[in-house]
Amino acid sequence: MSAATAAQPSARIASAARVRRPAVRTIYRWELRKLVSQKRTYMGFALGGILPLAFVIVQLLRNHQGHRGDSIFFSEITQSGLVTPVLMLIFLSAFMIPVIAALVAGDIVANEDGNGTLKTILTRSVDRGQVFAAKTLAAMTYAAIALYISAAVGTIAGVAAWGFHSIVTLSGSRVSASEALLLIAAGNACYLIPLFAVVSIGVLLSTATRNSAAAVVATIGIVILVYILAQIPGLEGLRPYMLTEQFQAWQGLLRTPTDWTPILHSAWVCALYAAPALFAAYLVFLRRDVAGG
Amino acid sequence: MASSNGSDPAAPVRARGLVKRYGELVAVDHVDLNVRAGDVYGFLGPNGAGKTTTLRMALGLITPSEGTVELFGRDPLRVGADALEGVAGFVEAPRFYPYLSAGKNLELLAALDGSGARTRIGEVLDTVELTDRVGDRVGGYSHGMRQRLGIAAALLRRPRLLILDEPATGLDPAGMRDMRLLIRRLAEEGITVLLSSHQLPEVQELCDRVAIVSHGRVVYEGALSDLRRQGGAGYRMHTTDDAAALELAGRQAGVAHAHQGEHAIAFQAEEPDVGELTLALAAAGIGILSLTPELATLEDLFFRLTEGQADEVLDAPASEDGHSELVRAR
Repeated sequence: MSAATAAQPSARIASAARVRRPAVRTIYRWELRKLVSQKRTYMGFALGGILPLAFVIVQLLRNHQGHRGDSIFFSEITQSGLVTPVLMLIFLSAFMIPVIAALVAGDIVANEDGNGTLKTILTRSVDRGQVFAAKTLAAMTYAAIALYISAAVGTIAGVAAWGFHSIVTLSGSRVSASEALLLIAAGNACYLIPLFAVVSIGVLLSTATRNSAAAVVATIGIVILVYILAQIPGLEGLRPYMLTEQFQAWQGLLRTPTDWTPILHSAWVCALYAAPALFAAYLVFLRRDVAGG
Repeated sequence: MASSNGSDPAAPVRARGLVKRYGELVAVDHVDLNVRAGDVYGFLGPNGAGKTTTLRMALGLITPSEGTVELFGRDPLRVGADALEGVAGFVEAPRFYPYLSAGKNLELLAALDGSGARTRIGEVLDTVELTDRVGDRVGGYSHGMRQRLGIAAALLRRPRLLILDEPATGLDPAGMRDMRLLIRRLAEEGITVLLSSHQLPEVQELCDRVAIVSHGRVVYEGALSDLRRQGGAGYRMHTTDDAAALELAGRQAGVAHAHQGEHAIAFQAEEPDVGELTLALAAAGIGILSLTPELATLEDLFFRLTEGQADEVLDAPASEDGHSELVRAR
């Protein structure tokens, strides 16, 4: 900016204008654009995609002939490529996908607080509630995309390796390949229920701690803690209400006929985790002093 | 329109009894501010005096422990983002997303502003001369460029009130000069500016009214010219016999604080009393070799107000609207 230019008056900027409040979807869209612009976003996606790919490659290299394991699907790996995404969801749902979700959920508010950009956006024409809603939705969107990337990579790699064939269900019946594909998509959708509960806890910690690393680690820590609690003898009665137990509820879809009981149970149990967490996070976000940066 | 207590309820900034406590620490202590439309209002104080905390409360970023602050008659805590309509600026350094370009940062902020702010991006980048760097990531920007981008982001909102917290801090001399020119230009266009600063030349050059804060309290609020006048009209005088002249000045009615300076006698007096003194000196056979009026500088007054000499500042005259502007002297 030269002195000469700076000294030229410009009446274009002076006049005042009424500001029309943008919608939450506008803020949400920009939250997604911010995520898309950051490398760590792709690290999470890569993590979700590499593991199924690695699984398929390793099975191909060891010339997998099928073996018996905890799940009926272990013996079916080479029978249909569509078994791979099912197995991946069984493997990754307990820990890896929640970790990927926590990476963004724990960071989404705290990062902006630490960088001072929270004050930048909160001094525009948006209310705090709108910003909070957009950030929460963005964190949930990220978790969902990461999950479906993992499922898509598992499906594509599995089908490429072992073909697009029917699979056997947990009830022992067989479903066609196209039906299996729908079940895989629906199973992942059901898994989103507990995953969104994890995201809600992450958003709360991100809002309350104002520290990205602490929030991410604490979110993962809570998942591990609940998992350990669920294994302690004597606490069996609490197990149906523990968040980690809900990670397998989607398997009700893989029974014939479909067993909706675990899915419905998961829905209300997860709501008990998610709703208070989000409500508390909302209150904290609304009332907090933005003094960082 | 001014209210009966002398302050306009729809003034750009109107703070009453603003307090912010952090545990035992009182960061802001019963601050009253009156920024009027068209003011270039200096908010002066040493580091840690509570300037930034006050501005954060004004922008609704932090909640006051007591008191209220209104922007154009709207309290950010009560009406949220609506209170910031027509208001823009930054506290501390302006912050942006380092992984986005300047253009993308402004697009984001324009989206959050609505009202066609996006169409003004080119214009505001022109204003701060960042057009040719619009595609660069902000992470690679220098401090000065970020400050300018901060101004551009503020101008997107077509503000009637611009709140700037130390906008020239960290800039090189040319950058500081350009920033001052830009602020002056925006003020000339009718934007009210609330400028927090501890750079006295900047405030002296730009501001017509000031509030000086020290230890969280406002020790002066009013016109800069009034402040300088209240600081006392000082004079320096060199005579043919300084010792005798000093003795005479000490006895002369209306002459105060007469003392021997380094090379001259220094004293304070009103103009008519200076005339009487010169006649008395002439009658005593003392020749006046030089007599120089000296107005207190803003720097003198600032240090007197912020370093425990506020009691020396005289009571301020009532302003035009009848509101006594010397809020508090410690």
